[in-house]
Amino acid sequence: MGWQWFHQLGSPRWFYEKTSRWMPWIGAIALILLVVGAVWGLAYAPVDAKQGNSYRIIYIHVPAAFLALAGYYIMAIAGAVGIIWQMKLSYTVMRSAAPIGATLTFIALVTGAVWGKPTWGTWWVWDARITSMLILFFLYLGVMALQGAYQNQNTANKAGAILALVGTINIPIIYKSVDWWFTLHQPATLKLTGESSIDPSMAYPLLIMIAGFYGLYAWLLMHWTRMDILHSEQKTAWVKALVSSK
Amino acid sequence: MAALTTHSTDHKTNTALLTFKQFGCTRDSRVLFEGIDFDIYAGDVVQVEGPNGTGKTTLLRALTRLLPDYEGEILWRGKTLSHAHYDFLSQLLFIGHLPGIKKTLTPRENLAFLSSLNGTSTLSDIDDALAQVGLYGYEDMPCYQLSAGQNRRIALARLYLTKALVWVLDEPYTAVDVAGIKKLEALFEYHAKQGGCVILTSHQPPNIRDLKHLSLTDYSGGDSSSASVIEGAYDE
Amino acid sequence: MSNSQSLSATLLSVFRRDLVIAFRQRSDMLNPIVFFLMVVTMMPLGISPQASTLAQLAPGLLWVIALLACLLSLDGLFRTDYDDGTLEQLILSPQPLYFIVIIKALVHWLTTGLPLTLVAPLLGVLLALPSDGFIPLWLSLLLGTLTLSFVGAIGAALTVSLRKGGLLLSLIIMPLYVPVLIFGASTVRSAVEGIPYTGALAVLGMFCALALMLAPLAIVGALKMSVQE
Repeated sequence: MGWQWFHQLGSPRWFYEKTSRWMPWIGAIALILLVVGAVWGLAYAPVDAKQGNSYRIIYIHVPAAFLALAGYYIMAIAGAVGIIWQMKLSYTVMRSAAPIGATLTFIALVTGAVWGKPTWGTWWVWDARITSMLILFFLYLGVMALQGAYQNQNTANKAGAILALVGTINIPIIYKSVDWWFTLHQPATLKLTGESSIDPSMAYPLLIMIAGFYGLYAWLLMHWTRMDILHSEQKTAWVKALVSSK
Repeated sequence: MAALTTHSTDHKTNTALLTFKQFGCTRDSRVLFEGIDFDIYAGDVVQVEGPNGTGKTTLLRALTRLLPDYEGEILWRGKTLSHAHYDFLSQLLFIGHLPGIKKTLTPRENLAFLSSLNGTSTLSDIDDALAQVGLYGYEDMPCYQLSAGQNRRIALARLYLTKALVWVLDEPYTAVDVAGIKKLEALFEYHAKQGGCVILTSHQPPNIRDLKHLSLTDYSGGDSSSASVIEGAYDE
Repeated sequence: MSNSQSLSATLLSVFRRDLVIAFRQRSDMLNPIVFFLMVVTMMPLGISPQASTLAQLAPGLLWVIALLACLLSLDGLFRTDYDDGTLEQLILSPQPLYFIVIIKALVHWLTTGLPLTLVAPLLGVLLALPSDGFIPLWLSLLLGTLTLSFVGAIGAALTVSLRKGGLLLSLIIMPLYVPVLIFGASTVRSAVEGIPYTGALAVLGMFCALALMLAPLAIVGALKMSVQE
């Protein structure tokens, strides 16, 4: 059958065994990228003419914000695959993606506030990007709360997937609306990450950090999915064998 | 010879309305029943049997596809149920534990609404049906003034209105008195004779000629129930 | 089989029934309006009774409160139908649930969003809304509350099988209301400030069209999921 591989992909056991081999590699690559990016960005990248050293927080803020948004789509796509093909593994990925994404969103918010203090002299400014990030955080919280409210795992999965999909349609609308709102009400100079061209010597470490965050995200997602698999499949023979062999 | 007989059973009158093939249900990783092979023909009255917790209600809900996650297959007139879903629904009448009666409406309004979901009924048909279940004179009373049994009987009055072939009834005898049960059983037999079929669950054994039995204890996962979730790899 | 005719018959029957039920429980219908009125009364007490201050805040306040009133009314949208088994019967109707759900959300709007819209200008007077703002307030609420009903129905469908779904419903739906709030309030504010407001109103209309088309898909999925509980 041509669909065999696809069903195999949906098998938690297959996933667990495959990722056992990938995990160290992904973890190592992510770690190297993060260390290189962080050292380069924090120690060697030039000081910003206007913001001094405080701008360096973008090396965490920007990748976290990047992944927070991408993570929502990853979560929603996993949910959609779960709905369409009744794939349990896909729901597991969706469940794992929610807290990781929420944490990244939270990190983006906190680093944004930390950056805001020296830049504008206040922890919180109703800037378009921060506001959008805050609403994204609420969307994550909503999906997690809804999943947590259901006793039945199957229903929880479907509910979470439907809400995540509704969210994906809404996110571009929310972002555009909030953007429009702030161009109407605030001078453009307050933009957090202005479109002003960024010097390559600052951009390269940023790109490395973004790649590193992608790696970290992949690693975390796999790790949480694997933990979830072990928990939900704990009654099965292969998990019992795995546990007893350790 | 064998080929001949199978061919002859394919004739119109003998084609099964519903066919269960290796049918099974799992809830919360517990196998309720599995491996059911069962045919329901026009003219059958089938009682789904089994002690509490064996999944009688689950079977009925899976059959109506209110619960779409099941193993195996259900065929409607030889076609996979999911492909013939709307055709099946237009021939289905389901009365579950919850009768679908709104307390703020009158029996007449409730019945008019429920029958409008699948076809239409005239007012006199509706009043006749209410009289059949002993609710003559209550047509215009708000349902919150009626007893639980009377409310259930409003739902049962749908049986007198419907043109559906397949009746799926979860505990239809609840809150119905002896005379009422007799009347219902006569109605089931009549419906079967007209070429329909009835699938029901009941605590008391129905007194119906040629009653077919589908006993879920024969198909329960039993002690081997955990064995079948062990592989659990493919979620279908 | 005259399928199209029986579809319209079914939809008409759902429409009539939901309206009749709403009118027999008139007090439920009044609650969001009374809530709207009460919270509006809190505002001058909490902020300042000065007309100039209130006038500045009025567009946003009226919109936020209308949104909350709408949110509070959503929990009942499918609740009784779920509790008494009507929902199962609706799902088992051979007529497409997509259209049935549209009718139900529409009736919800007719019995909550529309009355809210109708009384909103009166509350505008209480909050000293400048006279230029009344017609835009009315128009923006008319389009906006319809969107709120349809988007909110998704949340109502997702939480209907939960015993304590009310607060959760607000949590999951409120972030989705952000665009409607932004454009709704800004329609009124633009009008008050003498800026053309038709653009914002057009965007509200677009949201409304999108919600009418797409939200029923999610509602159908959520309702089918809810009866599996």
